[in-house]
Amino acid sequence: MTDTATRDRIDAEVKANEVVLFMKGTPVFPQCGFSAATVQILSYFGVKFSSVNVLEDADIRQGIKEYSDWPTIPQLYVKGEFVGGCDIVREMAESGELPQLFREKGVAFTEAA
Amino acid sequence: MAMDPGEIEALIRDALPDAEVTITDLAGDGDHYAAHVISSAFTGKSRVQQHQLVYKALRGRMGEELHALALQTSAPA
Repeated sequence: MTDTATRDRIDAEVKANEVVLFMKGTPVFPQCGFSAATVQILSYFGVKFSSVNVLEDADIRQGIKEYSDWPTIPQLYVKGEFVGGCDIVREMAESGELPQLFREKGVAFTEAA
Repeated sequence: MAMDPGEIEALIRDALPDAEVTITDLAGDGDHYAAHVISSAFTGKSRVQQHQLVYKALRGRMGEELHALALQTSAPA
């Protein structure tokens, strides 16, 4: 089970940032295809986001899976809410639900996308 | 560390008896699959909840033996 310190760190990260992506690697050097694809989708919409490299922190890497009850990385959070992994973010981008979510949550993005 | 498609399908069907399951092997290494799952259990559920149902059916293998599963879920039309 995740220790409370890790859980609090995750919670703080999720609450402190409008959009945060827990990923493998960094946006500039993603180290997993699914993480890279999710970064591309966010960049396509011109959304500013912060990222957490789970490869640098084993506690976070395990803790985030329990935090959201989601077994894989990457994990996208918007305004403190878990949105999904790569598949869901991609589906939402294709269906228009992702820009809709940004609009609803007041997250700046490139409308022309 | 790998799974064969039949095992994935059996686990999903065990948890979602009415599920229609289509598994595609993406890389031939037993680690990267795509799955399309149609089940009435998904009706009225968000995508995250639908995918969580499938992950629960896989009883902890997701992210362990099974490295990647590109998942598509839908309720019956």
